[in-house]
Amino acid sequence: MRELKIVAVVVAFSVLTYYLVEPYAHHEMHKQVDAQGVEIKVESHGFTYDGSDDIAEAERKGDVALAQKKKAFWAEVADISKLKGDAAVGEAGFALCLGCHTDTGTNLGGVVPPSLEHAGRIYDKNYLIALLKDPAMASNVNHKYADTLLHPMGSIASMMSDKQQIADVVAYLLEKKAGEVTPEEAYDEACMRCHALRYANITQLGKTPSFKQEKDALAHKIKVLDEQDAIKAYMGKLPPDLSMIIRARGEHFMETFIENPQSQLAGTSMPRVGLNHEGYEKVKEYLTEAGDPSKKAREDLGPWVIGFFVLFALLAFLWKKHQWRELH
Amino acid sequence: MAHFEKANSLGEWFEQRIGLSTLNRVLNTEYWIPKDINFLWAMGMLLAATFGLLVISGIFLLMYYKPDSNLAFDSVNYTIMSQVGYGWLWRHIHGVGASIIFLVIYIHMFTGIYYGSYKRGRELIWLSGMALFVAFSAEAFSGYMLPWGQMSYWAGMVITNLFSGGSLEAYGLVEWIRGDYVPGDAFLTRFFMLHVLLLPLAIIGLIVFHFGALRLPHVNNQQGAEIDFKEAAELYKAGKKKESKVIPFSPVFLSKDVFVMGVYFILFFYLVFYNFEFAMDPVNFDPADGLKTPAHIYPEWYFLWSYEILRPFGKDVGLVAFGIAQLALFFLPFIDRSPNVAPAHKRGLFVVWFWVLIIDMIVLTAMGKLPPTDPTFALIGKLAAWTFLALGPILVLITSFEKKIGKGA
Amino acid sequence: MKEERKGRRDFMGMALGACAAVGGVGALYAAKRTWDPLPSVKAAGFTTIDLSTAKPNELVIEKWRGKPIFVLKKTPQMKENPRDIVIGSDRFLVTIGLCTHLGCIPAYQKDNLLFFCACHGGKFDTSGINEPGLPPPSPLEIPPFKIQGTKLVLGEEGPEYKKMLADGIAV
Repeated sequence: MRELKIVAVVVAFSVLTYYLVEPYAHHEMHKQVDAQGVEIKVESHGFTYDGSDDIAEAERKGDVALAQKKKAFWAEVADISKLKGDAAVGEAGFALCLGCHTDTGTNLGGVVPPSLEHAGRIYDKNYLIALLKDPAMASNVNHKYADTLLHPMGSIASMMSDKQQIADVVAYLLEKKAGEVTPEEAYDEACMRCHALRYANITQLGKTPSFKQEKDALAHKIKVLDEQDAIKAYMGKLPPDLSMIIRARGEHFMETFIENPQSQLAGTSMPRVGLNHEGYEKVKEYLTEAGDPSKKAREDLGPWVIGFFVLFALLAFLWKKHQWRELH
Repeated sequence: MAHFEKANSLGEWFEQRIGLSTLNRVLNTEYWIPKDINFLWAMGMLLAATFGLLVISGIFLLMYYKPDSNLAFDSVNYTIMSQVGYGWLWRHIHGVGASIIFLVIYIHMFTGIYYGSYKRGRELIWLSGMALFVAFSAEAFSGYMLPWGQMSYWAGMVITNLFSGGSLEAYGLVEWIRGDYVPGDAFLTRFFMLHVLLLPLAIIGLIVFHFGALRLPHVNNQQGAEIDFKEAAELYKAGKKKESKVIPFSPVFLSKDVFVMGVYFILFFYLVFYNFEFAMDPVNFDPADGLKTPAHIYPEWYFLWSYEILRPFGKDVGLVAFGIAQLALFFLPFIDRSPNVAPAHKRGLFVVWFWVLIIDMIVLTAMGKLPPTDPTFALIGKLAAWTFLALGPILVLITSFEKKIGKGA
Repeated sequence: MKEERKGRRDFMGMALGACAAVGGVGALYAAKRTWDPLPSVKAAGFTTIDLSTAKPNELVIEKWRGKPIFVLKKTPQMKENPRDIVIGSDRFLVTIGLCTHLGCIPAYQKDNLLFFCACHGGKFDTSGINEPGLPPPSPLEIPPFKIQGTKLVLGEEGPEYKKMLADGIAV
């Protein structure tokens, strides 16, 4: 009995120490507070977008005009969302998109416009509507531009101003550009143009092919470096390689950050990407494949090893009993 | 040349040459341990086992690790973690083992303090144990540099900067330690050498010494009672096991150790597979970048209490406080003025002192990690640091007036 | 007779011991030198930075000996300080961008006109002076420099730097 009491004391102090240095300390370290010192709860909205975060941010900053503007913007997005879009009509509007989204890896205005092959599958509907209205506002990076239409995709406003037209194009995307998507395709379309992934042999220009001649390999490398320079000029710094990001950031950070980068890194130049839940899961799967490929093996082996030691401890207990039986 | 008969079996062949049965008798079957013990007496065995795991996992990691500031990060996170068969297992065992071994060390240390196992003939056990603690700290710190992540780099920067304090600066001591103006290639390769060769050698030597120092004074027991080991051993060998106060190391004491070890490994492998972030900080999965400080720099949890003692003070005073904190525990056998070898709860005020020490060290540990920008935390940290420094003189005082416990008690 | 031989043996033993000790010290010296920074590392310790392109109240971070160097062109409103490097009518703050507490890199807060260290909350003003009562014990350090026109060579000691040294501003 006395021995169990000692176990309880040792366990209690160990758990207390663990609680203080891990969950508690990390909560305190990453806590965000507003001007009044009230904690800001950063929460995921399940990868749906209604602008509430953006409006709250502007209000916290005390920027009334901006908050009003954002409210009006997202209210309009909600209105368009209610319209019934016609995919067949939207096809013509979508043709306008292909002017820039060429899938040829050509940098336009700082970055390569992403492929839209699975846009209807991996992005949220409201986000797509918002993006077609005002890309900088939709991505919550309006702070980067004096005029949000200076965004590389800002010219969309002059091409697509009619609400019904936007609804139609989005309907087209949701219907025709919503085929099965692999984790790699999701990453390529949503992240790759800015973020390299060297453990998967991916640069901002896609998978690096294997070259027979060193000269060709070097020529490709120069192309990659040029692309990186362009992105650096546009974003302010080269966005980090994401090879190990899945181990370097926690689940909660990843979710809230991808939904709204500003929520975790105020002032960052990273735009909101607008992934829906499936899109996020696919991207996460690909990042896990690159940065933590042994996760599954680890989780599968765990019960066996732990079970082995349960058995081991049980047998050791019986052996101990046997050895000590004559002693007391 | 001594006379040798032809051996009739392999066992006999060895017996003639190295005296196996004598060795077995001296080290195992007639190495006497008191019977009046609890599971805390198994911590030494847990430490040996965990050290063994660290050596084995370390050997496999060594096969693919590249001590080069350009290659180190990827050799660990790509090659070992995703290419080498079961490389991830070795790394997780190594990372978790390095952290959890300190929990066991602390439990082992506090057990020694609680039961007075550092006194009256057992001083060398305590001193060699403290030397092991320092060696393990150096081993852990040097190993933490090797993955060359953000925390490796910045912990290396901050800790080596300790040696730039005050007059030390003039000698270029920091540059000498680093082999560069900042942690770089030279820094990484020398810490690699320390981690895989020099420090493990020192640790193994110290472990042997630690065991050796145990031999004559014998292991302590729950009451701190003096035992006539010769007499008790005779009693045991005569079959009066109930009456005897001792048990042989093998197999009786060992059977208890192995059981405790089994339970410990259940926890250990749970951590290895499912809850490793306390030992493998996510921040260290960002590659080292000398021009980008992480938002929060903190050492591993087992260094936090001494880091906190350093933190509230300025550079020089902090360094002195830190030095005192490190050395204070070494002197424990000499600042405890009481002749009593007994569990703390029988030693009057000493038991209060003991629990204050534990709680103070836990408070220091917690404050060492919490953001210092919060004035409340900073104040608590400062108070705890002063408390720790005051605990030494207080111990001298209370143990000087401690009532002597009669032998019969 | 026996006694005498023992004394002699002791003397020989001590002579041998002393000889071994000298050898040991020699080996220790060699070991110490092995840990010294390599000549190539030391030689790479000079960096030239151009101050003519700096804009007022905009922090530029250069690199010298692997350490970040803060270059801040002061606006006329910012307080003058003997720590300033004066070139023509312009004043610059040039310091090693490491907090003097434990070597983190403070961030420059343009609007508050101060350097804030996220590690332990240290603060420095636009002259690099630490705010009293906070962990940093001293101002941001000024690296050895030599003025060459509008350029600055870090790692070399020019007359202006030597004057700062003499005044105890640089360490």
